[in-house]
Amino acid sequence: MSSSREKPILIIDGKRLDGRSFDQLRPLSITTNVVPNADGSAFIEWGNNKIIAAVYGPKEALPKHTQDPERAVIKCRYAMSPFSSAEEHGSSKPNRRAIEISKITKEVFENVILIDEFPGGEINIYVDVLQSDGGTRAAGITAAAAAVASAGLPMRDIPYAVSVGKADGHLILDMNKIEDNYSDADVPMTICPRTKEIILLQMDGSFDGSKEFREAYSMVLKAGEEISRIQKEALKEPYTKIIDKYR
Amino acid sequence: MTSIKLSNADYVKQLLKNNERDDKRGFMEYRTINIINGFIPNAEGSARVKLGYTDVLAGVKLGVEEPMPDKPNEGNLMVSAELLPMASETYEAGPPTPEAIELSRVIDRGIRAASAVDLSKLFIEEGKVWTAFIDVYVINYDGNLFDAGELAAMSALMNTKMPKYEDGKIIKEESTGKLPIGNLVTSCTFAKIGKSILLDPTGLEEEIMSARLTVANDDKYMRAMQKGIKGSFTGEEVEMLIDTSFEKSKQLRKVLDENKVD
Repeated sequence: MSSSREKPILIIDGKRLDGRSFDQLRPLSITTNVVPNADGSAFIEWGNNKIIAAVYGPKEALPKHTQDPERAVIKCRYAMSPFSSAEEHGSSKPNRRAIEISKITKEVFENVILIDEFPGGEINIYVDVLQSDGGTRAAGITAAAAAVASAGLPMRDIPYAVSVGKADGHLILDMNKIEDNYSDADVPMTICPRTKEIILLQMDGSFDGSKEFREAYSMVLKAGEEISRIQKEALKEPYTKIIDKYR
Repeated sequence: MTSIKLSNADYVKQLLKNNERDDKRGFMEYRTINIINGFIPNAEGSARVKLGYTDVLAGVKLGVEEPMPDKPNEGNLMVSAELLPMASETYEAGPPTPEAIELSRVIDRGIRAASAVDLSKLFIEEGKVWTAFIDVYVINYDGNLFDAGELAAMSALMNTKMPKYEDGKIIKEESTGKLPIGNLVTSCTFAKIGKSILLDPTGLEEEIMSARLTVANDDKYMRAMQKGIKGSFTGEEVEMLIDTSFEKSKQLRKVLDENKVD
Protein backbone atom coordinates (compact mmCIF):
# COMPACT_ATOMS: atom_id res chain seq x y z
CA MET A 1 0.00 0.00 0.00
CA SER A 2 1.00 3.65 0.20
CA SER A 3 4.60 4.38 0.91
CA SER A 4 6.36 7.47 2.16
CA ARG A 5 8.67 7.31 -0.81
CA GLU A 6 7.84 9.80 -3.55
CA LYS A 7 4.55 8.53 -4.92
CA PRO A 8 4.58 8.20 -8.70
CA ILE A 9 1.62 9.41 -10.72
CA LEU A 10 -0.27 6.26 -11.66
CA ILE A 11 -2.73 7.76 -14.13
CA ILE A 12 -1.85 10.21 -16.89
CA ASP A 13 -4.49 11.49 -19.33
CA GLY A 14 -6.93 8.76 -18.37
CA LYS A 15 -4.37 6.01 -19.06
CA ARG A 16 -2.30 3.88 -16.73
CA LEU A 17 1.50 3.81 -16.71
CA ASP A 18 1.61 0.77 -18.95
CA GLY A 19 -0.92 2.33 -21.33
CA ARG A 20 -3.88 0.24 -20.19
CA SER A 21 -7.37 1.58 -19.68
CA PHE A 22 -8.89 1.30 -16.19
CA ASP A 23 -10.69 -1.99 -16.84
CA GLN A 24 -8.09 -3.66 -19.02
CA LEU A 25 -6.31 -6.86 -18.09
CA ARG A 26 -2.62 -7.38 -18.63
CA PRO A 27 -1.70 -9.94 -21.32
CA LEU A 28 -2.53 -13.33 -19.94
CA SER A 29 -1.68 -16.81 -21.13
CA ILE A 30 -1.97 -20.26 -19.60
CA THR A 31 -0.34 -23.55 -20.61
CA THR A 32 -1.43 -26.78 -18.98
CA ASN A 33 0.52 -30.01 -18.38
CA VAL A 34 3.86 -28.34 -17.77
CA VAL A 35 4.96 -30.58 -14.87
CA PRO A 36 4.91 -34.15 -16.21
CA ASN A 37 5.19 -35.79 -12.78
CA ALA A 38 2.13 -34.00 -11.42
CA ASP A 39 -1.45 -35.16 -11.93
CA GLY A 40 -2.27 -31.72 -13.24
CA SER A 41 -0.37 -28.50 -13.75
CA ALA A 42 -0.45 -25.10 -15.37
CA PHE A 43 1.97 -22.32 -16.15
CA ILE A 44 0.57 -18.83 -16.18
CA GLU A 45 2.12 -15.69 -17.58
CA TRP A 46 0.07 -12.76 -16.45
CA GLY A 47 1.75 -9.44 -17.18
CA ASN A 48 5.27 -10.06 -15.94
CA ASN A 49 4.17 -12.70 -13.46
CA LYS A 50 5.38 -16.22 -14.15
CA ILE A 51 3.81 -18.83 -11.92
CA ILE A 52 3.61 -22.63 -11.99
CA ALA A 53 0.81 -24.48 -10.25
CA ALA A 54 0.85 -28.25 -9.86
CA VAL A 55 -1.61 -30.69 -8.33
CA TYR A 56 -1.06 -34.16 -6.88
CA GLY A 57 -3.83 -36.45 -5.74
CA PRO A 58 -6.16 -37.57 -4.49
CA LYS A 59 -4.09 -40.08 -2.57
CA GLU A 60 -4.28 -41.40 0.98
CA ALA A 61 -3.84 -38.51 3.42
CA LEU A 62 -0.65 -38.85 5.44
CA PRO A 63 0.17 -38.56 8.28
CA LYS A 64 -2.96 -40.46 9.18
CA HIS A 65 -4.18 -37.97 11.78
CA THR A 66 -4.69 -35.41 9.01
CA GLN A 67 -7.33 -37.66 7.40
CA ASP A 68 -10.97 -36.68 7.34
CA PRO A 69 -13.20 -39.77 7.09
CA GLU A 70 -15.84 -37.83 5.20
CA ARG A 71 -13.89 -35.88 2.61
CA ALA A 72 -10.50 -35.22 1.09
CA VAL A 73 -8.28 -32.69 2.80
CA ILE A 74 -6.62 -30.07 0.66
CA LYS A 75 -3.09 -29.02 1.40
CA CYS A 76 -1.89 -25.93 -0.34
CA ARG A 77 1.48 -24.26 -0.49
CA TYR A 78 1.96 -20.86 -2.10
CA ALA A 79 5.58 -19.75 -2.15
CA MET A 80 7.67 -17.08 -3.82
CA SER A 81 11.09 -18.00 -5.12
CA PRO A 82 14.00 -16.03 -3.62
CA PHE A 83 14.71 -14.52 -7.04
CA SER A 84 11.11 -13.69 -7.93
CA SER A 85 10.91 -10.05 -6.96
CA ALA A 86 12.69 -6.98 -8.27
CA GLU A 87 13.88 -6.28 -4.73
CA GLU A 88 16.66 -8.01 -2.82
CA HIS A 89 17.08 -11.77 -2.48
CA GLY A 90 14.15 -13.19 -0.56
CA SER A 91 13.73 -16.24 1.59
CA SER A 92 12.10 -19.29 0.03
CA LYS A 93 10.72 -20.26 3.43
CA PRO A 94 7.04 -19.27 3.52
CA ASN A 95 6.60 -16.03 5.46
CA ARG A 96 3.41 -14.88 7.18
CA ARG A 97 2.03 -13.43 3.98
CA ALA A 98 2.64 -16.69 2.11
CA ILE A 99 1.00 -18.73 4.87
CA GLU A 100 -2.10 -16.53 4.73
CA ILE A 101 -2.28 -16.81 0.93
CA SER A 102 -1.83 -20.58 1.17
CA LYS A 103 -4.74 -20.73 3.60
CA ILE A 104 -7.18 -18.70 1.52
CA THR A 105 -6.14 -20.53 -1.66
CA LYS A 106 -6.83 -23.83 0.09
CA GLU A 107 -10.28 -22.56 1.06
CA VAL A 108 -11.04 -21.63 -2.55
CA PHE A 109 -10.36 -25.20 -3.65
CA GLU A 110 -12.23 -26.73 -0.74
CA ASN A 111 -15.20 -24.88 -2.16
CA VAL A 112 -14.93 -25.93 -5.80
CA ILE A 113 -13.44 -29.44 -5.71
CA LEU A 114 -15.99 -32.15 -4.87
CA ILE A 115 -13.94 -33.26 -1.87
CA ASP A 116 -16.75 -35.44 -0.50
CA GLU A 117 -15.94 -37.86 -3.31
CA PHE A 118 -12.59 -38.79 -1.72
CA PRO A 119 -12.97 -39.60 1.98
CA GLY A 120 -9.64 -40.04 3.71
CA GLY A 121 -7.77 -38.61 0.76
CA GLU A 122 -5.54 -35.62 0.29
CA ILE A 123 -5.03 -33.29 -2.63
CA ASN A 124 -1.85 -31.24 -2.79
CA ILE A 125 -1.81 -27.92 -4.59
CA TYR A 126 1.53 -26.22 -5.10
CA VAL A 127 1.76 -22.65 -6.35
CA ASP A 128 5.29 -21.44 -7.01
CA VAL A 129 5.86 -17.85 -8.02
CA LEU A 130 8.93 -17.77 -10.23
CA GLN A 131 8.68 -14.11 -11.14
CA SER A 132 6.36 -11.63 -9.49
CA ASP A 133 4.89 -8.38 -10.71
CA GLY A 134 1.81 -7.71 -8.60
CA GLY A 135 -1.32 -9.81 -8.31
CA THR A 136 0.46 -13.10 -7.70
CA ARG A 137 -2.24 -14.54 -5.42
CA ALA A 138 -4.88 -14.00 -8.10
CA ALA A 139 -2.65 -15.34 -10.86
CA GLY A 140 -1.71 -18.30 -8.66
CA ILE A 141 -5.33 -19.22 -8.01
CA THR A 142 -6.26 -18.80 -11.67
CA ALA A 143 -3.38 -21.12 -12.63
CA ALA A 144 -4.15 -23.59 -9.84
CA ALA A 145 -7.77 -23.78 -11.02
CA ALA A 146 -6.58 -24.79 -14.48
CA ALA A 147 -4.14 -27.26 -12.91
CA VAL A 148 -6.87 -28.88 -10.80
CA ALA A 149 -9.16 -29.15 -13.81
CA SER A 150 -6.35 -30.62 -15.94
CA ALA A 151 -5.82 -33.24 -13.21
CA GLY A 152 -9.36 -34.39 -13.94
CA LEU A 153 -10.57 -33.74 -10.41
CA PRO A 154 -14.34 -33.26 -10.18
CA MET A 155 -15.17 -29.59 -9.65
CA ARG A 156 -18.40 -27.69 -9.43
CA ASP A 157 -16.82 -24.77 -11.25
CA ILE A 158 -13.47 -23.48 -12.50
CA PRO A 159 -12.82 -20.35 -10.48
CA TYR A 160 -10.76 -17.38 -11.60
CA ALA A 161 -9.21 -14.59 -9.58
CA VAL A 162 -8.31 -10.99 -10.25
CA SER A 163 -7.78 -7.90 -8.18
CA VAL A 164 -9.24 -4.40 -8.38
CA GLY A 165 -7.31 -1.44 -7.07
CA LYS A 166 -7.89 2.24 -6.70
CA ALA A 167 -5.72 5.13 -7.84
CA ASP A 168 -6.50 8.85 -8.16
CA GLY A 169 -10.14 8.09 -7.39
CA HIS A 170 -10.45 5.53 -10.20
CA LEU A 171 -10.97 1.81 -9.84
CA ILE A 172 -8.30 -0.03 -11.79
CA LEU A 173 -8.35 -3.68 -12.77
CA ASP A 174 -5.44 -6.08 -12.36
CA MET A 175 -2.71 -3.91 -10.86
CA ASN A 176 0.93 -4.44 -11.68
CA LYS A 177 3.63 -4.11 -9.02
CA ILE A 178 4.07 -0.33 -9.19
CA GLU A 179 0.33 0.23 -9.06
CA ASP A 180 0.05 -2.27 -6.22
CA ASN A 181 2.77 -0.49 -4.22
CA TYR A 182 1.26 2.97 -4.52
CA SER A 183 -2.47 2.41 -4.95
CA ASP A 184 -5.10 3.51 -2.43
CA ALA A 185 -6.77 0.10 -2.24
CA ASP A 186 -6.37 -3.50 -3.31
CA VAL A 187 -9.35 -5.86 -3.47
CA PRO A 188 -8.54 -9.36 -4.71
CA MET A 189 -11.52 -11.57 -5.50
CA THR A 190 -12.07 -15.13 -6.62
CA ILE A 191 -15.30 -15.94 -8.40
CA CYS A 192 -17.20 -19.07 -9.40
CA PRO A 193 -18.15 -18.03 -12.94
CA ARG A 194 -21.28 -20.20 -13.16
CA THR A 195 -22.98 -18.72 -10.09
CA LYS A 196 -21.00 -15.47 -9.72
CA GLU A 197 -20.42 -16.37 -6.06
CA ILE A 198 -17.46 -14.77 -4.31
CA ILE A 199 -15.22 -17.41 -2.77
CA LEU A 200 -12.24 -15.24 -1.95
CA LEU A 201 -12.46 -11.61 -0.93
CA GLN A 202 -9.87 -9.44 0.71
CA MET A 203 -9.42 -5.73 0.94
CA ASP A 204 -6.64 -3.43 2.02
CA GLY A 205 -6.68 0.36 1.72
CA SER A 206 -9.69 2.66 1.53
CA PHE A 207 -13.03 2.21 -0.17
CA ASP A 208 -16.01 4.55 0.25
CA GLY A 209 -18.49 1.75 0.82
CA SER A 210 -20.81 -0.73 -0.81
CA LYS A 211 -21.35 1.27 -4.00
CA GLU A 212 -17.66 1.25 -4.78
CA PHE A 213 -17.53 -2.46 -3.98
CA ARG A 214 -20.36 -3.07 -6.46
CA GLU A 215 -18.40 -1.30 -9.21
CA ALA A 216 -15.30 -3.35 -8.39
CA TYR A 217 -17.33 -6.58 -8.41
CA SER A 218 -18.84 -5.87 -11.82
CA MET A 219 -15.38 -5.00 -13.18
CA VAL A 220 -14.18 -8.39 -11.95
CA LEU A 221 -17.15 -10.22 -13.51
CA LYS A 222 -16.54 -8.56 -16.85
CA ALA A 223 -12.82 -9.36 -16.84
CA GLY A 224 -13.68 -12.85 -15.66
CA GLU A 225 -15.26 -13.71 -18.99
CA GLU A 226 -11.89 -13.23 -20.64
CA ILE A 227 -9.94 -15.05 -17.90
CA SER A 228 -12.34 -18.02 -17.96
CA ARG A 229 -12.07 -18.24 -21.73
CA ILE A 230 -8.25 -18.37 -21.52
CA GLN A 231 -8.42 -21.05 -18.80
CA LYS A 232 -10.73 -23.20 -20.92
CA GLU A 233 -8.63 -22.73 -24.06
CA ALA A 234 -5.59 -23.89 -22.08
CA LEU A 235 -7.47 -26.96 -20.87
CA LYS A 236 -8.59 -27.90 -24.39
CA GLU A 237 -5.23 -27.28 -25.99
CA PRO A 238 -3.53 -30.64 -25.29
CA TYR A 239 -6.53 -32.46 -26.78
CA THR A 240 -6.92 -30.28 -29.85
CA LYS A 241 -3.23 -30.85 -30.55
CA ILE A 242 -3.80 -34.60 -30.60
CA ILE A 243 -6.92 -34.28 -32.71
CA ASP A 244 -5.05 -32.12 -35.21
CA LYS A 245 -2.31 -34.72 -35.43
CA TYR A 246 -4.71 -37.44 -36.56
CA ARG A 247 -6.94 -35.28 -38.68
CA MET B 1 -17.59 -37.08 17.62
CA THR B 2 -19.40 -36.74 14.32
CA SER B 3 -22.82 -37.24 15.84
CA ILE B 4 -22.21 -34.46 18.38
CA LYS B 5 -21.20 -32.11 15.56
CA LEU B 6 -24.28 -33.01 13.54
CA SER B 7 -26.57 -32.39 16.46
CA ASN B 8 -24.97 -29.00 17.10
CA ALA B 9 -25.48 -28.10 13.48
CA ASP B 10 -29.09 -29.28 13.54
CA TYR B 11 -29.73 -27.38 16.74
CA VAL B 12 -28.39 -24.05 15.42
CA LYS B 13 -30.12 -24.46 12.06
CA GLN B 14 -33.40 -25.25 13.78
CA LEU B 15 -33.07 -22.05 15.82
CA LEU B 16 -32.21 -20.00 12.74
CA LYS B 17 -35.32 -21.26 10.99
CA ASN B 18 -37.31 -19.61 13.79
CA ASN B 19 -35.12 -16.48 13.53
CA GLU B 20 -33.46 -17.26 16.84
CA ARG B 21 -29.93 -17.67 18.15
CA ASP B 22 -28.69 -19.82 20.99
CA ASP B 23 -28.12 -16.76 23.20
CA LYS B 24 -31.37 -15.00 22.17
CA ARG B 25 -29.58 -12.28 20.20
CA GLY B 26 -30.79 -10.66 17.01
CA PHE B 27 -28.93 -11.71 13.84
CA MET B 28 -27.14 -8.37 13.63
CA GLU B 29 -26.48 -7.84 17.30
CA TYR B 30 -23.21 -7.92 19.22
CA ARG B 31 -22.77 -9.79 22.46
CA THR B 32 -21.97 -7.71 25.55
CA ILE B 33 -18.61 -6.01 25.12
CA ASN B 34 -16.44 -5.41 28.13
CA ILE B 35 -13.09 -3.60 27.92
CA ILE B 36 -10.53 -3.38 30.70
CA ASN B 37 -7.78 -0.97 29.76
CA GLY B 38 -4.35 -1.03 31.39
CA PHE B 39 -4.71 -4.66 32.45
CA ILE B 40 -0.95 -5.16 32.13
CA PRO B 41 0.78 -2.26 33.85
CA ASN B 42 4.19 -3.44 32.66
CA ALA B 43 3.15 -2.98 29.04
CA GLU B 44 3.11 0.51 27.52
CA GLY B 45 -0.50 -0.13 26.60
CA SER B 46 -2.91 -2.99 27.11
CA ALA B 47 -6.55 -3.91 26.89
CA ARG B 48 -8.53 -7.01 27.74
CA VAL B 49 -11.70 -7.41 25.73
CA LYS B 50 -14.50 -9.77 26.59
CA LEU B 51 -17.00 -10.32 23.84
CA GLY B 52 -19.48 -12.65 25.45
CA TYR B 53 -17.27 -15.58 26.52
CA THR B 54 -14.52 -14.72 24.08
CA ASP B 55 -11.63 -13.26 26.03
CA VAL B 56 -8.73 -11.52 24.30
CA LEU B 57 -5.84 -9.54 25.73
CA ALA B 58 -3.72 -7.15 23.68
CA GLY B 59 -0.42 -5.79 24.96
CA VAL B 60 1.62 -3.02 23.34
CA LYS B 61 5.34 -2.66 23.86
CA LEU B 62 7.40 0.09 22.28
CA GLY B 63 10.92 -0.50 21.10
CA VAL B 64 13.49 1.56 19.24
CA GLU B 65 14.43 0.03 15.92
CA GLU B 66 15.76 0.87 12.53
CA PRO B 67 13.08 2.16 10.16
CA MET B 68 11.96 0.09 7.17
CA PRO B 69 14.31 0.93 4.30
CA ASP B 70 11.47 2.30 2.15
CA LYS B 71 10.03 4.43 4.98
CA PRO B 72 13.03 6.04 6.69
CA ASN B 73 10.93 8.68 8.48
CA GLU B 74 8.19 6.47 9.83
CA GLY B 75 7.80 4.21 12.82
CA ASN B 76 6.75 0.57 12.53
CA LEU B 77 4.06 -1.58 13.95
CA MET B 78 3.83 -5.32 14.19
CA VAL B 79 0.84 -7.42 15.15
CA SER B 80 1.18 -11.01 16.33
CA ALA B 81 -1.58 -13.29 17.55
CA GLU B 82 -1.24 -16.19 19.94
CA LEU B 83 -4.00 -18.78 20.27
CA LEU B 84 -3.11 -19.98 23.77
CA PRO B 85 -3.52 -23.73 24.26
CA MET B 86 -5.67 -22.94 27.31
CA ALA B 87 -8.15 -20.99 25.18
CA SER B 88 -9.77 -23.98 23.53
CA GLU B 89 -9.64 -27.74 23.50
CA THR B 90 -8.66 -27.59 19.86
CA TYR B 91 -5.65 -25.27 20.25
CA GLU B 92 -2.21 -26.76 20.64
CA ALA B 93 1.16 -25.36 21.65
CA GLY B 94 3.62 -24.81 18.83
CA PRO B 95 4.48 -22.41 16.04
CA PRO B 96 1.68 -20.08 14.87
CA THR B 97 -0.99 -21.89 12.87
CA PRO B 98 -2.38 -20.46 9.61
CA GLU B 99 -5.44 -19.40 11.65
CA ALA B 100 -3.30 -17.36 14.06
CA ILE B 101 -1.35 -15.82 11.20
CA GLU B 102 -4.55 -14.88 9.35
CA LEU B 103 -5.97 -13.34 12.54
CA SER B 104 -2.89 -11.22 13.16
CA ARG B 105 -2.63 -10.11 9.55
CA VAL B 106 -6.27 -9.06 9.32
CA ILE B 107 -5.98 -7.05 12.56
CA ASP B 108 -2.74 -5.54 11.26
CA ARG B 109 -4.32 -4.66 7.91
CA GLY B 110 -7.17 -2.70 9.50
CA ILE B 111 -4.82 -0.76 11.78
CA ARG B 112 -2.36 -0.01 9.01
CA ALA B 113 -4.87 0.86 6.27
CA ALA B 114 -6.81 3.21 8.57
CA SER B 115 -3.59 4.83 9.86
CA ALA B 116 -4.84 4.05 13.35
CA VAL B 117 -1.35 4.87 14.61
CA ASP B 118 0.24 8.01 13.22
CA LEU B 119 3.52 6.37 12.23
CA SER B 120 4.96 9.64 10.90
CA LYS B 121 5.16 10.89 14.51
CA LEU B 122 7.24 7.91 15.62
CA PHE B 123 10.45 9.17 14.04
CA ILE B 124 13.19 9.69 16.64
CA GLU B 125 16.37 10.47 14.70
CA GLU B 126 18.17 9.37 11.56
CA GLY B 127 18.05 5.56 11.55
CA LYS B 128 15.95 5.33 14.71
CA VAL B 129 12.18 5.06 15.01
CA TRP B 130 9.68 3.69 17.49
CA THR B 131 8.19 0.28 16.76
CA ALA B 132 4.89 -0.69 18.34
CA PHE B 133 4.74 -4.43 19.03
CA ILE B 134 1.11 -5.43 19.40
CA ASP B 135 0.59 -8.93 20.76
CA VAL B 136 -2.92 -10.32 20.80
CA TYR B 137 -3.41 -13.19 23.26
CA VAL B 138 -6.53 -15.31 23.05
CA ILE B 139 -7.39 -16.45 26.57
CA ASN B 140 -10.77 -18.01 25.89
CA TYR B 141 -12.28 -18.81 22.51
CA ASP B 142 -15.97 -18.48 21.88
CA GLY B 143 -16.02 -17.21 18.33
CA ASN B 144 -15.27 -13.92 16.57
CA LEU B 145 -11.61 -13.47 17.46
CA PHE B 146 -11.29 -10.95 14.64
CA ASP B 147 -13.53 -8.27 16.16
CA ALA B 148 -12.43 -8.94 19.73
CA GLY B 149 -8.78 -8.82 18.62
CA GLU B 150 -9.21 -5.63 16.62
CA LEU B 151 -11.02 -3.98 19.55
CA ALA B 152 -8.35 -5.09 22.02
CA ALA B 153 -5.52 -3.90 19.77
CA MET B 154 -7.21 -0.55 19.06
CA SER B 155 -8.10 0.03 22.70
CA ALA B 156 -4.59 -0.86 23.83
CA LEU B 157 -3.06 1.52 21.27
CA MET B 158 -5.37 4.35 22.37
CA ASN B 159 -4.09 3.92 25.90
CA THR B 160 -0.43 3.45 25.12
CA LYS B 161 2.06 5.76 26.80
CA MET B 162 5.23 6.74 25.00
CA PRO B 163 8.33 6.16 27.11
CA LYS B 164 11.09 8.75 27.08
CA TYR B 165 14.09 8.17 24.83
CA GLU B 166 17.33 9.79 25.91
CA ASP B 167 20.99 9.20 25.04
CA GLY B 168 20.21 5.98 23.24
CA LYS B 169 18.17 4.56 26.12
CA ILE B 170 14.48 3.98 26.70
CA ILE B 171 13.40 5.42 30.04
CA LYS B 172 10.25 3.53 30.88
CA GLU B 173 9.56 5.42 34.09
CA GLU B 174 9.11 8.71 32.29
CA SER B 175 6.47 9.22 29.66
CA THR B 176 6.38 11.85 26.95
CA GLY B 177 2.64 11.46 26.42
CA LYS B 178 0.32 9.17 24.56
CA LEU B 179 1.02 7.22 21.41
CA PRO B 180 -0.20 9.39 18.49
CA ILE B 181 -3.47 7.91 17.26
CA GLY B 182 -5.06 8.52 13.86
CA ASN B 183 -8.41 7.01 12.86
CA LEU B 184 -10.21 4.58 15.13
CA VAL B 185 -10.62 1.32 13.26
CA THR B 186 -12.92 -1.54 14.22
CA SER B 187 -14.07 -4.64 12.42
CA CYS B 188 -17.38 -6.45 12.00
CA THR B 189 -17.35 -10.19 11.37
CA PHE B 190 -20.25 -12.08 9.88
CA ALA B 191 -20.89 -15.81 9.64
CA LYS B 192 -23.02 -17.45 6.99
CA ILE B 193 -25.01 -20.50 8.04
CA GLY B 194 -27.32 -21.85 5.38
CA LYS B 195 -28.93 -18.73 3.97
CA SER B 196 -28.70 -16.80 7.26
CA ILE B 197 -25.98 -14.30 8.03
CA LEU B 198 -25.10 -13.50 11.63
CA LEU B 199 -23.01 -10.74 13.16
CA ASP B 200 -20.51 -11.66 15.88
CA PRO B 201 -20.71 -15.47 15.67
CA THR B 202 -20.14 -17.58 18.79
CA GLY B 203 -17.89 -20.63 18.82
CA LEU B 204 -20.92 -22.84 18.27
CA GLU B 205 -21.98 -20.79 15.26
CA GLU B 206 -18.44 -20.68 13.84
CA GLU B 207 -18.23 -24.46 14.13
CA ILE B 208 -20.96 -24.84 11.53
CA MET B 209 -20.67 -21.65 9.44
CA SER B 210 -19.97 -22.12 5.76
CA ALA B 211 -18.30 -18.75 5.18
CA ARG B 212 -17.04 -15.79 7.15
CA LEU B 213 -16.57 -12.15 6.22
CA THR B 214 -14.73 -9.50 8.20
CA VAL B 215 -15.11 -5.84 7.23
CA ALA B 216 -12.96 -3.22 8.97
CA ASN B 217 -13.77 0.46 8.83
CA ASP B 218 -13.18 3.80 10.46
CA ASP B 219 -15.75 6.59 10.56
CA LYS B 220 -15.29 7.41 6.86
CA TYR B 221 -13.91 4.51 4.87
CA MET B 222 -13.90 0.78 4.60
CA ARG B 223 -10.28 -0.18 5.27
CA ALA B 224 -9.99 -3.95 5.09
CA MET B 225 -11.95 -7.06 4.22
CA GLN B 226 -11.25 -10.74 4.62
CA LYS B 227 -13.43 -13.59 3.54
CA GLY B 228 -12.65 -16.86 5.27
CA ILE B 229 -13.32 -20.59 5.00
CA LYS B 230 -14.79 -22.50 2.13
CA GLY B 231 -18.29 -21.13 1.54
CA SER B 232 -19.29 -18.21 -0.64
CA PHE B 233 -21.07 -14.85 -0.59
CA THR B 234 -23.07 -13.22 -3.36
CA GLY B 235 -22.25 -9.70 -4.48
CA GLU B 236 -25.51 -8.43 -2.94
CA GLU B 237 -24.69 -10.06 0.38
CA VAL B 238 -21.30 -8.38 0.50
CA GLU B 239 -22.86 -4.99 -0.28
CA MET B 240 -25.39 -5.48 2.52
CA LEU B 241 -22.67 -6.50 4.97
CA ILE B 242 -20.52 -3.50 4.08
CA ASP B 243 -23.49 -1.21 4.82
CA THR B 244 -24.18 -3.04 8.09
CA SER B 245 -20.54 -2.80 9.13
CA PHE B 246 -20.57 0.99 8.71
CA GLU B 247 -23.65 1.13 10.93
CA LYS B 248 -22.34 -1.26 13.58
CA SER B 249 -18.88 0.33 13.71
CA LYS B 250 -20.49 3.36 15.37
CA GLN B 251 -21.38 1.19 18.34
CA LEU B 252 -17.84 -0.21 18.52
CA ARG B 253 -16.20 3.22 18.34
CA LYS B 254 -18.52 4.37 21.11
CA VAL B 255 -17.41 1.47 23.31
CA LEU B 256 -13.77 2.37 22.60
CA ASP B 257 -14.43 6.01 23.46
CA GLU B 258 -16.29 5.24 26.66
CA ASN B 259 -13.46 3.08 27.93
CA LYS B 260 -10.69 5.48 27.02
CA VAL B 261 -8.36 6.30 29.91
CA ASP B 262 -7.07 9.86 30.08
